[in-house]
Parts: sequence; structure tokens; C-alpha cells
Amino acid sequence: MAEIDIRHVRKSFQNLEILKAVDLSIRTGEFIVLVGPSGCGKSTLLRMIAGLEEVTAGDIVIDGKRINDLAPRDRNLAMVFQSYALYPHMTVAGNMSYSLRLRKFAQDRIAAAIGEASRVLGLTALMERRPRALSGGQRQRVAMGRAIVREPQAFLWDEPLSNLDARLREQMRAEIKKLHRRLGTTSIYVTHDQIEAMTLADRIVAMDAGTIQQIGTPADLYDRPANLFVAGFIGSPAMNFLHARMASETPTRSALILADGPRMTVPETLGLQAGQAVIVGIRPEHIVVGDAAPRQTGVAGKTGTGAGEAIVDLVEPTGMGAIVHFRLDTVVHKAYHLGRADWKAGDHITVHFPTERLHFFGATDGRRLN
Amino acid sequence: MAMSRKRILGTLAHRAAVLLYIVVALFPLYWLLKVSVTPTRLLYSEGVRMWPSKTTWAHYAFVLQNSDFPQFFENSLIVSLSTAAVVTLLAAAAGYAISRFEFRGKIWLIGFLLVTQMFPLVMLIAPIFKILSSIGLTNSLAGLILVYSAFNVPFAVFLMQSFFDAIPRDLEEAAMIDGASRFMAFRQIIVPLTLPGMAATLGFVFTAAWSELLFALMLISKSDISTFPVGLLSFVSKFGVDFGQMMAAGVLALVPAVLFFLLIQRFLVQGLMAGAVKG
Ligand SMILES: Nc1ncnc2c1ncn2[C@@H]1O[C@H](COP(=O)(O)OP(=O)(O)OP(=O)(O)O)[C@@H](O)[C@H]1O
Ligand SMILES: [Mg+2]
Repeated sequence: MAEIDIRHVRKSFQNLEILKAVDLSIRTGEFIVLVGPSGCGKSTLLRMIAGLEEVTAGDIVIDGKRINDLAPRDRNLAMVFQSYALYPHMTVAGNMSYSLRLRKFAQDRIAAAIGEASRVLGLTALMERRPRALSGGQRQRVAMGRAIVREPQAFLWDEPLSNLDARLREQMRAEIKKLHRRLGTTSIYVTHDQIEAMTLADRIVAMDAGTIQQIGTPADLYDRPANLFVAGFIGSPAMNFLHARMASETPTRSALILADGPRMTVPETLGLQAGQAVIVGIRPEHIVVGDAAPRQTGVAGKTGTGAGEAIVDLVEPTGMGAIVHFRLDTVVHKAYHLGRADWKAGDHITVHFPTERLHFFGATDGRRLN
Repeated sequence: MAMSRKRILGTLAHRAAVLLYIVVALFPLYWLLKVSVTPTRLLYSEGVRMWPSKTTWAHYAFVLQNSDFPQFFENSLIVSLSTAAVVTLLAAAAGYAISRFEFRGKIWLIGFLLVTQMFPLVMLIAPIFKILSSIGLTNSLAGLILVYSAFNVPFAVFLMQSFFDAIPRDLEEAAMIDGASRFMAFRQIIVPLTLPGMAATLGFVFTAAWSELLFALMLISKSDISTFPVGLLSFVSKFGVDFGQMMAAGVLALVPAVLFFLLIQRFLVQGLMAGAVKG
């Protein structure tokens, strides 16, 4: 169990700055998920915490102790790799007990530890097998088993589920969550997968191009993304963006002109000058489509609700609902419609953007305004 | 039907080609064996025959009892085994460093290793003889081991590097997180997985040293420290070549090489890597 403090950490490879002043403090027992596009430096950050990469500048502190210069083996952390990295010449039992054997644990303690871990992970029948004789899911479990027998200060996971098929991933995700509930060990988990991030995290750290864009609970990032990047990255299908311009603002409401002409009044103050550009965001699942929308034309109205007529471009049924691609003026947006969607391309529908679901971002810096 | 007949013909042609290759490749070996058991009397009188009308072990007996060959074998074994061991150890260490570490001058080191492979050995004999004689290493097995090692190390380094490159870094990183030092991770995780590579290097260097003639001839002039390829030449005298004895010695010389490969083949064929990472 440990508290991990990352203080102004930077990383460069051959003068190329990969991580730019990362600050993050992780509380004991917390489950932190790092998300971000490929190449943004998630693995690099994790590997620096593990001691596999040198820290170019800044400090990594575990329980008040600066560990920058400590060898990986002295950090008492466990890591689960995307490739699993099982030792091919050792049995499952050998893989799981390796760290304990290195620490010269007594035979009976080792047997007890790997017995317990294999029982929890359902590996008991496989203990004498070599990794090559295991399925992908079983290898994944062994990798987890190898991490938990150590009872480390913290777990580091680098996309541990990305080599599994969708069904197995769902199952292992739940197991990881249960494992964390049972052990309560501080965890840092890197993933590309939205659902993994949302379901597992106590707090999500969204990264882009070597900087942290936002740190917050899954609900925070979903409900109040701090900037355009986070807004576009969290959520699937991604948030729709509409370009707009500030018309006027009173102390309680703002009037905007959308790029295609209609006006929209919202009960928020955005702190902008008239004429300044704004980007309005709305998640597909918050757009109300079809008969549910009030019959009105133009995105305007005294109540502050926006509704308008749109043309269906494409309908993608997902079973639970459908992703409706529709054209507003010339721009195509997506709505997620729960239930059956019997529209065809070319149909006219009404779309309604509830104002309380709108996000506003500055067009120049991308920062959240409301 | 037409398809299957075509396939049968194809298979036959394939087998025939393989067989032809094997026959051609092994024929000299067969001839070696045949001549080694042919009585000298019949060697010239019978003309070219696939198998002599009478066979004898006399050449073998002579080579083992009356010649210096047992001594030559012993010398060759000492030189080849030592060279193989020295080169494999050095190449494993250097290959690992090149595969895993970034260090200043790495490009230059690799460049120099390559350059050493560019010169024909004949060019280097004179300078090497000069150098070795000035430090008293001519006419010594140690000198031969030194020269063979020096010439085999570069290629062996590249060979070993390619084996290390094939092993994912994740494995030793996992070991280091599990509590191993880098050296322990190397010894306990990487070395067991590169055994096939080490066996291949060992075998390659052993055979290279076992059959080397040029330096063995130039650096050593005393017969009691000659290696066996030099010894073979001793059958070539002013008055002719004693083919029977020479071939018998040749067959005997194959024995250690074959034994050595039998010993290491277990590692050569080991496919340990499967299952290291997701397969
Ligand atoms: N050893 C290295 N030398 C040079 N550049 C490196 C090295 N390791 C990583 N990088 C670079 O650092 C950047 C971040 O890499 P990193 O592996 O941390 O990305 P990531 O966020 O984990 O991406 P992914 O989601 O694809 O795994 C990449 O641009 C990568 O090319
Ligand atoms: Mg990564």
C-alpha cells in the first residue's frame, strides 16, 4: 500500500521531450487509470515509476521517499505487461514464485502464497504447465498471479487486456475490479479502452502529447471535460462539436449564433466578448431525435432549448439502440438513439439539443467555459 | 483425378531433388570412408569402383598406433574446445550489450567488428606471425587459441546479438521488477532462453577451429603441438600421398566433430521461445 507522488516529472529521449512536467498525486489504495492517444507517453510514465526508464527531471516519491535512483527491484512494485512477459522456460508455478524465490522466502510460505493466488485466479489445475501451453486468457491470469503473490506496494498495469477478445476482456475487467476491492492495493492502469477506464478508475488521468489534460473521477471527465481534447476523447461515439459566435451576454444568460445561422440562448455566462468564437459540444446520447423532439424549426426558442430539422445520413443499429448520423446544414453529427430507429438516409428528422447538456469551449485555447 | 496425379508427380519430383542433393553432398564423405578401408594394394589396381573387393582396418590401426595422430587430435581438441568456449563467452557478453544497451561509440564498435571481417586472412598472416613471435606465442597452442578467438569473435557477436534481439525486453524487465538485478535477469531468464543460440555459436566456432589449416601451419612448426589438419598434410610426402592412411585419419577426425554436435543438438532444436509473449 502506498501513496505515489509524481512531481514535475519530465522525460526526454535524445532531446525529444516526451513528457512535459507531469504532476500527479495518487492516494493510498486508489485505482488510477491513464488514458490518452497512442504515443502520448502513458507507458513511458508507468515505466519511469517502475524504474525501467530514467527520470529526466522531477521526482517520483513513494510514501514520502524519493525513488528516482532506486533499482526496479528495490521499489517493491509489480507490473503486468501487455505481452504478459511470462518466463517461457518456467512452469506457471515457477513464474508465480520467481519473485518470492529471489527474496529467499521459505518453501512453505511460497507454496502458501502461490496456492492462494492460483485459487483466486482459477489456475490450480495449470500449475505445472509451461506458458506456451496456455490460452491467452490463462496467460493473462498467470501474469496477474505473478503480480499478486508479491503483495507489492502498488500494481502497474500496461494495457493488460488489450490482447484478449471482447468477451474475455469484459470478464477480466470485472476480475481486476474485484481483485482491487479485495486487496485495496494502489494501482496505476494504462488503457486505450474507454469502458475499462470508466469502470475501473477511482480517478482518470487523461493525457495528450506528454501533458496531463485532466484528472478527475470518471463522472467528472464525462460530465465536465476540462477542454476540447478530453471532451473529444472520453465517450463513444465522440462528442459533437458545433462552431458558434458570441452574440451578447447578460448576467444570467448568453446568446450565441451558430455557424449555420440559427441563434441559441443558454442560461449560462461564458465570460466572452461579443463576436468571440465558441465551440459548443454535445454528446450523441444527449441529442433527442425524432418524434421526441418538440416540433419547431430553427435552433432557437424562449425556453433556451434548441431544436431543428436535420436530414438523416446513415443509421448504424447497435442492438441496444442506433447511432444516427444526421446533417445539420452541411456538417454531419451523430446522435445515439435508444430503441429502434427506422429512419433511412434522406429522411427528415427533428433533433433537439437540451441546453443543460451542452458544453462550451473557447475556440482558441479549447478550455471549458461553463 | 488429374489434380491428384499432378500432386503425386510433384511430390515425387520434390523427393527426387532432395535425394539428389543428399547424394551429391554426401558423396565425398562416402568416398572418404571407402578409401579409408581399401587396402593400398587395391587402391590403384582396381580402378574406380563403388566398393573395393576387399576391405581392411589396417589404415586405422596404423594411424592410431604408429603415427602422431592421437597427439594431433588431442591438440586439436584442446584448441577447438578452448576457442569455442572463449568465443561463446565473449560473444554472449558483447552480443547482449549491443542488443540491450545504448552506449557511446556503439556504432563505431559495430563498424570495427564488421571491418575485421573484410580482410582475407592470408593478408594478415605475416603481421600476426611477427606479433606473436615477439611475445613468444608462436609454437604454442595458447597462441593458436588467441588467434582463432580473435578471428571468430566478431561473427559470433553478431550471431549472439541476433539471438538476444529475438528475446523480448519485457522478459528481463519483468524479472527486474520481480526482484532480480540485471545480471540475475540475464543469468536466470535470458541465458536459459538463448541456450540454442549459444549451442549454435559453440558448434560454429568449434568446427571453424577444428578445420583451420592456414594459421595452424604458419604459427606452429613442431609436430608435437600440431593440430590434425596440419597432421593430415604429413601424409603428403615427396614420394606420393598415402591416401588410405590420410582418409582413415580424416574419418577419425570427423568423430569428435560429430560427437560434439550430438552433444549440443538437444539445445539447437529447442524451441523454447514459443509462449514467451502472446503467440
Ligand atoms: N526508447 C525510446 N527511445 C525514443 N523514443 C521513445 C522510446 N520509448 C518511447 N519513445 C517515444 O515516446 C513516446 C511515448 O511512448 P509511449 O510508449 O509512452 O506511448 P504510449 O502512450 O504508451 O502509447 P501506446 O498507447 O501506443 O502504448 C512515443 O512517441 C515513442 O515513440
Ligand atoms: Mg504504451
